[in-house]
Amino acid sequence: MLSLLAVEIPYWGQSLLRVLGGLVAVLLPAGTIVYVFLFKMMSFMQSRLGPMEAGPYGSMQLFAEVGKWLQKEDIQPDNADKRIFRMAPIVVLMSTFLLVAVVPFGPDAWFTDFETGVFYALAVSSISVLGILMAGWSSANKYSLLGGLRAAGQLIAYELPMVLAVIGVVIQAETMNLQQIVVAQNAGSIFGSDIVGNPYVLTQFVGFVVFMIAVQAELTQAPFDMPIAESELVSGYMTEYSGFRFLIFFIGEFATAGVFAMIASTLFLGGWGIPFSWFGWTTMDSVDDWMNVAGPLIVFTKMMVLVFLIMWIRFSYPRFREDQLQRFAWKVLIPISLANIMVTAVLKVAF
Amino acid sequence: MVAQNIGFAIIAAIMIVGALRVVTTSNVVHAALWLVVVLAGAAAQYILLAAEFLAITQVLVYIGAVMVLFLFGTMLTRSRIGRDSGLNNSYAKLGIPVAVVLFAAMALALSKSFGTEELPTNGSLVSTQQISDQIFGPYLLPFWALSFVLLAAVIGAIVLARKD
Repeated sequence: MLSLLAVEIPYWGQSLLRVLGGLVAVLLPAGTIVYVFLFKMMSFMQSRLGPMEAGPYGSMQLFAEVGKWLQKEDIQPDNADKRIFRMAPIVVLMSTFLLVAVVPFGPDAWFTDFETGVFYALAVSSISVLGILMAGWSSANKYSLLGGLRAAGQLIAYELPMVLAVIGVVIQAETMNLQQIVVAQNAGSIFGSDIVGNPYVLTQFVGFVVFMIAVQAELTQAPFDMPIAESELVSGYMTEYSGFRFLIFFIGEFATAGVFAMIASTLFLGGWGIPFSWFGWTTMDSVDDWMNVAGPLIVFTKMMVLVFLIMWIRFSYPRFREDQLQRFAWKVLIPISLANIMVTAVLKVAF
Repeated sequence: MVAQNIGFAIIAAIMIVGALRVVTTSNVVHAALWLVVVLAGAAAQYILLAAEFLAITQVLVYIGAVMVLFLFGTMLTRSRIGRDSGLNNSYAKLGIPVAVVLFAAMALALSKSFGTEELPTNGSLVSTQQISDQIFGPYLLPFWALSFVLLAAVIGAIVLARKD
């Protein structure tokens, strides 16, 4: 990015650019996901048109919705713990912004180049549980509290298979840095053939499936939407929220879906890279500068594919029961991912 | 180094306020949330010391798991909103001398063992690989022992919880 512009940007300027880039990287996917998948795809799957009035094919509907939520009255329950009630949505959104900080978008287009990037992503994604618990408790509503507790139980249970699924990738790439994981996939080869590099969706397929199921549960998307099950809990921990506080939760939900899909595409689909053998690149330094422009678009495309998968499952499957949900995490996903780690480690040493 | 020291002072001040609020607030959930502030401050201090892996572990283990379980427990049992009376027991005052003695002992131990040593300001940082080399090399036996203790604790918890 910097060498492309051919000007030396001072440190504060770079930092400002990175902050702005972070805002774009969170809000743009969130808006696109809501319009393309939540408004349009869900409508088509249910044999209806969805929003059609605002803008061509209803594409401006999103701005109308945001305007609607912003002008609604900001209601806080009398008995609520007001300060914590107001803090909770911000904590949830903050964890999304912290999460996007490690996603690499190109050889030089990154926000931070953490040595332990994957580990950091898994750690900060668990902060949103705090926000959800705070929201559930401070609302002074039994349904909210139940929703919050369910969410906490579910998110703890599915964080483990998620971490364990990533370990397979880390073993194969021999690094926890997301940039180097991207390079390892695109510069790698499967049985000597480097035509598509070595995207870990092929060699770590079990890990990929476990990771995507865990992501689905972490996002509390159906079939894992027990915490906000509307037929029994009204709307779970979000019951008492209205106006722009609800909007923050709403943005947080879909922005987190986008960011998790970006991380999954970085871990399993090769991230911003294309197989390096196509252009004769071998290492990070030999990658051409135009990848800094193409990289974000590639990540965005891969993210849309993965979010499509998440949404497709969301609109197709009925809800798990609470005990089925917990049993699935502890008795199916965790043993599978542990076995995956062992097999990966043995094969890594063998080859 | 000046900027780091200012950062350290600000974070330390926040941590001290948070720690005092943990024991003085009259609401159990508020106390747990103030504890989150203290633990997050510790993670921030690790970042200032360039101990990236340690900081992230602090966030993952303490904020992501331990505090969530704390909140989960308090919300399941006593989750009243507003002020709660009778949170202090009769030994509450005893905590002050204990805290002072503990602080003195730790300060003494630190200054005795690292008194005049200084952290390298521009030397190489400890990488995650070095940490894992240490854990799975010279410290493998203590690591195993700790794992066994944890496993025993987990099994014990299951045995206690399952009455049938």
